[in-house]
Amino acid sequence: MPQDTSYTDQNFKLVGTRPRRPDGVDKVTGRAKFGADATAPGQLVGLILRSPHAHAKIRKIDTSKAEKLAGVKAVVTSADLPDLTDGDRAMLDILENCMARGRALYDGHAVAAVAAINAQTARKALKLIKVDYKVLPHVTDVDEAMKPGAPIVQDWVFTTGVEPKPNKPSNISQRNEFGHGDVEAGFAQADVIVEKSYKTEQTHQGYIEPHACLASVRPDGSGELWVTTQGHFTFRNICSSLLGMDVAKLKVTASEIGGGFGGKTHVWMEPVALALSRKANRPVKVVMSRDEVFRATGPTCSTSIDVKIGVKKNGTITAATAELRYQNGPFPAIWGMLGAMTSFACYDLKNVKSVGYDVLCNRPKVTAYRAPSAPMAAFAVESTMTLVAAEIGMDPVDFRIKNAAKEGTLASYGPTYGPIGIGPTLAAVKNHPHMKAKLGKNQGRGMACGFWFNFGGQTCTDLNIGIDGTVTLTVGTVDVGGSRASLSIIAAEELGIPYDQVQANIADTASLGFNDMTEGSRGTFSSGMATIFAARNAIEVLRERAAQMWDIPVKAVVWENGEARATGKEHGNLPVLSLKEIAAKAPRTGGPIAGHNEVVADNAGVSFASHICDVEVDPETGGTKVIRYTVIQDAGKAIHPDYVEGQFQGGAAQGIGWALNEEYIYGEDGRLQNAGFLDYRIPVCSDLPFIDTEILEIPNPNHPYGVRGVGETSIVPPLAAIGNAVSDAVGVRLNHVPMSPPRILKALDEARGS
Amino acid sequence: MPGLLVSTTVNGDAIEFVCPQDETLLDSLRDRVGLTGVKEGCGTGDCGACSITLDGRLVCSCLVLGAEANGREIETVEGLADGDKLHPLQDKFIEYAALQCGICTPGFLIAAKALLDRNPNPTVEEIRYGLAGNLCRCTGYDKIVRAVQAAAKQMRKK
Amino acid sequence: MRFESPKTTREAVALLAKEKGSAYVLAGGTDLLVRMKTGLIEPDLVVDIKRISAMQSIKTTASGTRIGAAVSGAELGENKKLKKAWPGVVEATNLIGSDQIQGRCTMVGNLCNASPAADSVPALMAARAKAVVVGKNKRRTVAVEKIITGPGETSLAKGEIIEAIILPRRSTKSGDAFLRFIPRTEMDIAVVSAGISLTLARGVIKSARVALGAVAATPLLVPAAARAIIGTKLDDVALEKLAAACSAACKPIDDKRGTIEYRTKVVGVLACRAAKIAYQRAGDA
Repeated sequence: MPQDTSYTDQNFKLVGTRPRRPDGVDKVTGRAKFGADATAPGQLVGLILRSPHAHAKIRKIDTSKAEKLAGVKAVVTSADLPDLTDGDRAMLDILENCMARGRALYDGHAVAAVAAINAQTARKALKLIKVDYKVLPHVTDVDEAMKPGAPIVQDWVFTTGVEPKPNKPSNISQRNEFGHGDVEAGFAQADVIVEKSYKTEQTHQGYIEPHACLASVRPDGSGELWVTTQGHFTFRNICSSLLGMDVAKLKVTASEIGGGFGGKTHVWMEPVALALSRKANRPVKVVMSRDEVFRATGPTCSTSIDVKIGVKKNGTITAATAELRYQNGPFPAIWGMLGAMTSFACYDLKNVKSVGYDVLCNRPKVTAYRAPSAPMAAFAVESTMTLVAAEIGMDPVDFRIKNAAKEGTLASYGPTYGPIGIGPTLAAVKNHPHMKAKLGKNQGRGMACGFWFNFGGQTCTDLNIGIDGTVTLTVGTVDVGGSRASLSIIAAEELGIPYDQVQANIADTASLGFNDMTEGSRGTFSSGMATIFAARNAIEVLRERAAQMWDIPVKAVVWENGEARATGKEHGNLPVLSLKEIAAKAPRTGGPIAGHNEVVADNAGVSFASHICDVEVDPETGGTKVIRYTVIQDAGKAIHPDYVEGQFQGGAAQGIGWALNEEYIYGEDGRLQNAGFLDYRIPVCSDLPFIDTEILEIPNPNHPYGVRGVGETSIVPPLAAIGNAVSDAVGVRLNHVPMSPPRILKALDEARGS
Repeated sequence: MPGLLVSTTVNGDAIEFVCPQDETLLDSLRDRVGLTGVKEGCGTGDCGACSITLDGRLVCSCLVLGAEANGREIETVEGLADGDKLHPLQDKFIEYAALQCGICTPGFLIAAKALLDRNPNPTVEEIRYGLAGNLCRCTGYDKIVRAVQAAAKQMRKK
Repeated sequence: MRFESPKTTREAVALLAKEKGSAYVLAGGTDLLVRMKTGLIEPDLVVDIKRISAMQSIKTTASGTRIGAAVSGAELGENKKLKKAWPGVVEATNLIGSDQIQGRCTMVGNLCNASPAADSVPALMAARAKAVVVGKNKRRTVAVEKIITGPGETSLAKGEIIEAIILPRRSTKSGDAFLRFIPRTEMDIAVVSAGISLTLARGVIKSARVALGAVAATPLLVPAAARAIIGTKLDDVALEKLAAACSAACKPIDDKRGTIEYRTKVVGVLACRAAKIAYQRAGDA
């Protein structure tokens, strides 16, 4: 049946309410099973040996002593993970990141692994593995890595996107350009031009649950993997491909996930765990330490960015350019490209150009972190926007309103926008009481905007109606923060039944078709869409069964309020049949009643937010505290507002941490110096104020309920909002994130001339 | 070195386990007693996910040796509910959507209970500092603080 | 690793003295277990002192207060008498880590861990605190500032253990205070810190001790900083001199927590702020 994804305005009964989440009780009683909480008969403990060097040739790995230690059941190196990628360089990069192949590319790169009967033995075995390294020159700074003569991270990488085609390898893997118009002509028309450079340090997603998995490969080549992941179907495809297993013969079960924010979209030690299990012929559990999480998984890029904006005195932007240099770790990726795409997405610009460079360094492989690449670009652009407004004596909100993108705007990265929320969020900022609140001594206020694309992707959902009329909703997108509640609301809304009559579950890879990951703010958007269609399909079956029970034509049956109703003169007096009544008769009317749907949920609907922030700066120490914070964001339609607010607040908190204190600190030796929560300082409870939220609902025309993804955009504005607030408070402009106390005090001292 | 026999009380039950002498109480509780509600987020006392009470004192079980538990009383998240009746903190955490992923929740509940046992009517600032040893990366703490306030209010009514 | 939990100080000392491998005292464990977890140390013997009764109590006599080595930060904070007499010392100890850490950490552990950034140590030094050191054959009382000799290093001989800290009796019109700077509001190691104890006579500072943390290889007692405020009413000139003396005394490093420039500057700021609190407390006492 055709799937009409277009938005229809309707009066909801359940959508927009705030019921209790179905997995709540398990999560407050300690019963919920996360990545490290599973066990299997005969399981071994797997541990990974990691390189202490930022860059080194591995001349030899001697595992013989470890293998001989009593209780050790398997030792693996890259030799146990042969290259089966058949020329697919991106897959080989994934494999090489899981286990070094002749060269350690960053501090923390896995070089070998052991499986033993217990942790003590495994730890002892790791120490018995002797690795002969030849240390090579390394580079960890993005600007340094781009200079001629920098140590080359990968000698097979030649810059793409430049003419003429280079004949020497480079750390710049690609150059991408976006924009339209004539920026030179635009700058020539400007009354004022502001040009500024920025740096942002590398940050980590900082999920509280370390990576963990339990792998079990059988001698017949089939296997199972229990893992904390944002996408078990993708993990299955990648792991089976890297290990040479059949996709159908590897069953992957997603545990409850203790936070991901993009960091659990990627395989790290899972293929190694499978290799260990295959070699030991026993289940193997691998749980990372926090140190390993920081050194060897998922950080986002460090960046260096130049922005130039030209403006007329009346506030019209005549031209804008940005050059964005993103550090990707040791493998080519697209983060600089994404940064370039997002940089000016909030504005309606005649002449705009953004150029993104992707740069390799001897740091861990970068993976997605909530609206990946956008916060850094927004820090640079939104800081400059506020500077420009000040230069022409215009209110920063009015200046943004004047230049904001709207329906019909040609976006700087290519598409033409449909109905979007940047204008409404700015209007809401303008009217928000926060903007009028009084500020005290050393306090300041800043605001900034943010954009994120959002993603739809492949989705597959089952809806089964039980004999008692309760509904099992089975989805394949991992629940990272309450989506089971939102999806249950949607199923109940469509079927016209109470919320409690639906039970949502996350299926393993053996029980449902392929689903893309919970990433790109797609969980509720795409699984929600598939749930709507699955429910509508189930309703078709329910109508047929009711027609059968009444012995009337199906077309005379309508579904209303959770009941089948016969229509037309000749049937109108039949008593209604409830879902429960139809379900009870299912065995005799054709068997189980179900609805199924698979969809590529395109057109996720772009997302915009505007944030307001007040800070207080101690001018003698540079210590900064956020004292008030407001998030205003377009959700399209908030299915369960609590969890929409939660996304707004959580993203803002991560952005605040990034803005003020979080950063990877590398020594001269290329080693990470702060691989722990003590010195990688994520915000604690006493660091933050309540984070006020305002949900705007500008329907996404491409979703039946108008839903847009809400998960990511909230991390985009905080860096610039705080930078603008610090500047307002103490008169210095910080162009380097995090704005840590030493950096702020230094800027203050320079301004004071001391 | 042989393992140690540890006799202890966990959530009111007499429990015995044998652990290596250098094993943390966190690992003993998870791997030997089967209480996987006690979570490891860092293993170095920085995140609070492994919070328990030991003889009534809030501690990180990752910074206690299993051997130290001999003769002591331990409370974990698994002991918080009274039969099928959730503790007010548990109830309000669900009601206020104070958890997203839920990995930090057991630690927060134990720390919040210790806070309210000591101070039944804390200010927002007291709640925030009282819970500063528990990291949450999902919520920005907003709904957690509100849930603790609501639970405190309900507990004071009793 | 072997775990022992003796009932007396004498037994503990004997165990530590006899051990041929690496032996460690376990008080609160908030540093020791971290070092074990991160693989920095692999003890052969760990001696838990929390079951030694002489180390579990806080006792106040005419000459001062004796705080057992196993007394946790939380217990210290609950002792109203001590909090009134030595608010700076108690506050400094209570700043170590979270409530969870407070449930375990001890002043003696903080001292013996010998970090330059130890929170309680500058406050103890300013307070003229002493450590009761027990060895196999003798027991001695040592000024706290003589214990730490370098990062992670102490003057304790093999088999020696600190049984208690002794704080002198608080004289009238005196007060102490401790402040540290951390980037967050909680959970960090001090970037710089300052502890000050002073006594007034008719509003004039008669005696003072100033100690600084995280600005040198060990916590520093800075007599020159004390001299800068002795004989003054803590006017602006005195405060300026205090800040300058503190900045001059420090020999900090650049590291992941702060820069030389930052520490040198902010230590003076903190010393002045702590001095004002101590002065106020002394006036009220």
